[in-house]
Amino acid sequence: MAKIKSLAELQKKRDELQAVAAKTKNEKVIVNVSLATCGIASGGKEVMEAMKQEAAALGINNVEFTMSGCMTYCFAEPTVEITLPGKEPVVFGYIKGDKAKELVSKYIKSGELVDGVIPASYERIVF
Amino acid sequence: MSMLTITIDGQAVEMPAGSTILAAAKKVGIDIPTLCQLDMEKQFNQQSAACRICVVEIEKRRNLAPACATSIMDGMVIKTDSQRVIEARKTVLHLMLSDHPLDCLTCEKAGACKLQDLCYQYGIEVSDYPGLRNDYPLDASNEFYTRDLNKCVACRRCVQVCTNFQSTKAIAFGDRGFTTHPVAPFDKGMSDSTCVSCGNCVSVCPVGALLSKSKEKFRSWEVSKVKTTCSYCGVGCQMNLLAKENKVVGVEPMDGASNSSLLCVKGKYGFNFINHPDRLKTPLIRKNGELVEATWDEAYGLIADKVKATKAEYGNDALAGLTSARVTNEENYLFQKLVRAGFGTNNVDHCARL
Amino acid sequence: MVDKNQLRIATRNTGFIDPESVESYIAVGGYQALGKCLAEMKPADVIDLMKNSGLRGRGGAGFPTGVKWGFAAKYASDTKYVVCNADEGDPGAFMDRAVLEGDPHNVLEAMAIGGYAIGGNKGTIYIRAEYPLAIARLKLAIQQAKDMGLLGDNIMGTDFSFDIELKYGAGAFVCGEETALIASMEGNRGEPYTKPPFPAEAGYWDKPTIVNNVETLANIPAIIMKGADWFSGIGTETSKGTKVFCICGKINNVGLIEVPMGTSLKTVIYDVGGGIPDGKEFKAVQTGGPSGGALTYKDLDAPIDYENLVARQSMMGSGGMIVMDEDDCMVAVAKFFLDFTMDETCGKCTPCRIGSKRIYEILDKITIGQGTEADLEKLRSLSHNIKDTALCGLGQTMPNPVLSTMRVFEDEYRAHVIDKKCPAGVCADLLEFTVVEEKCVGCTLCARVCPVNCISGKPKEVHVIDQAACIKCGACLDKCKFDAIIKQ
Repeated sequence: MAKIKSLAELQKKRDELQAVAAKTKNEKVIVNVSLATCGIASGGKEVMEAMKQEAAALGINNVEFTMSGCMTYCFAEPTVEITLPGKEPVVFGYIKGDKAKELVSKYIKSGELVDGVIPASYERIVF
Repeated sequence: MSMLTITIDGQAVEMPAGSTILAAAKKVGIDIPTLCQLDMEKQFNQQSAACRICVVEIEKRRNLAPACATSIMDGMVIKTDSQRVIEARKTVLHLMLSDHPLDCLTCEKAGACKLQDLCYQYGIEVSDYPGLRNDYPLDASNEFYTRDLNKCVACRRCVQVCTNFQSTKAIAFGDRGFTTHPVAPFDKGMSDSTCVSCGNCVSVCPVGALLSKSKEKFRSWEVSKVKTTCSYCGVGCQMNLLAKENKVVGVEPMDGASNSSLLCVKGKYGFNFINHPDRLKTPLIRKNGELVEATWDEAYGLIADKVKATKAEYGNDALAGLTSARVTNEENYLFQKLVRAGFGTNNVDHCARL
Repeated sequence: MVDKNQLRIATRNTGFIDPESVESYIAVGGYQALGKCLAEMKPADVIDLMKNSGLRGRGGAGFPTGVKWGFAAKYASDTKYVVCNADEGDPGAFMDRAVLEGDPHNVLEAMAIGGYAIGGNKGTIYIRAEYPLAIARLKLAIQQAKDMGLLGDNIMGTDFSFDIELKYGAGAFVCGEETALIASMEGNRGEPYTKPPFPAEAGYWDKPTIVNNVETLANIPAIIMKGADWFSGIGTETSKGTKVFCICGKINNVGLIEVPMGTSLKTVIYDVGGGIPDGKEFKAVQTGGPSGGALTYKDLDAPIDYENLVARQSMMGSGGMIVMDEDDCMVAVAKFFLDFTMDETCGKCTPCRIGSKRIYEILDKITIGQGTEADLEKLRSLSHNIKDTALCGLGQTMPNPVLSTMRVFEDEYRAHVIDKKCPAGVCADLLEFTVVEEKCVGCTLCARVCPVNCISGKPKEVHVIDQAACIKCGACLDKCKFDAIIKQ
């Protein structure tokens, strides 16, 4: 990996990465599964796998799967954040059993909301 | 070094920066009780400050401070005998006593026990907080001392002296919480450790947890103390012989220039020869194949005659001198002088070189 | 419309970025703060900025971070250390784990900033070995940052170098105390020693050392980027910024939250936390873990900050919040925390080693109905004296759960010792299971489920529980379909 040699280079790198992210966000469905220790323990990895399989079965191929750390909703693990192209991210909790497949077949496929939406009750610092 | 002024119980004291509250109090004759504090540790931050008996009240400080391990700061106002301090010390003593047997009637340490003295001073007969006590078997596996952890107050002096001064590191602390206690490796008996039986841990133990094995039963008040220099080697360790009815029954180290309150196994425990019937007390001269008691004059006369005769008959180099590590440098110097100048030979050597 | 009660600064990236990708962190402005410090600020400027921001240690004690850095910067030394305290040990607290697993680069960046500020180039993260995923992600993050020239030699082309290594803790609670942590890092027994000298003067290997908690560090890049005024504009007079809490226990939305300092307990419990499950009554919340105390319905409107919590015999602590409802017995709660500290005390000083055991024993006596009024007095005086004499923060705060519950729930303590009753119905030895005659239909279910056969009665007749033989297991209560068995 090329080393970053100055603050300017770092800023350039950030701008490039942000441009790529913005493009992805417009074109693809982004599925972000919370995979901290707790998320993994409550079945987060299985959720991700089930969603991947369901997307493949339904022939949906514009989905990008990513993972993140704790989404802070311990009460609703496993949790999945889905960002449809051009839309605001929505966090779904309590994704157990067939619920993972339902997320794909309903929300991702046709934008139909399913139970377990967790409203964002925070303001987040970005810079 | 900069001098700081503090106030202890209303008295102003001037002390160099870096001094402890304990030292400052001592300077003006105020007695702060201690238990775990170890004089050998010269720097305040090396005190373990574990027992919390020496706590004092400092104005504008949230909690009480250990006098042994708190350095003075300019303008400090300290109280050593407020109600708060007394209550705190009593609580600490009650807690210590709650995990300690009340067998002072038969304990060898009675009379020289810090915990006993402190409980007497603060009027504590039984603990206000009785509860579960630690229960360990007596460890008598060492040849020279016994270890009774049921009497241990976890003051850490034994571990400090073994680690920082004797540098043997045979013991450290094991376990956590209520069962925290000094341990030899793997919590086995002392005989399974690297202990060299120097007995310095026994010398610093404030209670009866570490006691020298003794042929004689004696109480601390029955013995008289005779200051002497250890005769085993040339280091010159200072010590007190403990004598009961004119018989040496024990040894305690003293703070001498060369030993700073430490001794080795010989100095600490090698005293039984003193009263032994086989002990050689006068020179012996062999007469007609029998060793017969003689005076020092007779013995030296005989040595001088033999040296002179040998020298005359066989020459200087027929003589040689061998000396001992048990004598001092100065004595060794004199001896080689005798051999070189008196005997006229360089045949002189010393046992430590062999 | 959802109220935005939370403000996420320390946890700004957790849950949003991929913790295993340095690009993901760079895309959200990662390492910009470090770059800004190195390119545009002198070390003294960084320290001034930290001082002006008002950031205080999030590990619990609340010491101003900038002041701590300033001390360490003052001492000349060839080597200085930045230590990240990730030895999170409070029961029910996992803020640090969340940040380390979700945003590891944030912490690395902050440590490098700290190193630059104090003139040190060695960093160590003391992390408990029970956090294997956090360890794996930190290791990966360190490697990625080094590969990109964001850590290691000559960071971003400057002459500042900073390296970070991990040290694993073996799970001792006391090792969260900074001097015990340093002792443990040096390979010694994890035990605190008397301060001064403070670690800022002589810490790790006797070199100037700053020890900062994970959450404290997680705030720093944001403060550098957005400025001291922005940060000090959040929070209360004495406590700036936000605080991350883990709310757990009897609360609907168990989880991690980050709220501005000064948020009321009511907002935290009812708005953010979603209230108490099953319509039960809120009773108390334990803040500050085993070192803290219980806040009650009386404290619901109190703004949460360092001073306000201490004034209520609790403390901020690292951020554990254990919510209790009407079914929780406060004596049993105090006993639970003392059971924890009794095990975790290092055993060095007398008050903590023996005192914790004795407090526990007295509480135990009370919960089994053998306590006396004198015991309550003993508890109080013993607790005060332990606080006054113990060596380190663990011992000095260990009696807090007792004192704070006695402060508000003295009635509950007295019910245990005088009436021999546990009002919350928790202490088994003080309970009595009885059959309500009017409700019992004589179905015999209770008698059949009783493990000690102490319930007698013919079918279709009222049953009776033999109190002498009852072991108070509660099986009959659970089994009865007619609410005919009550415990009191």
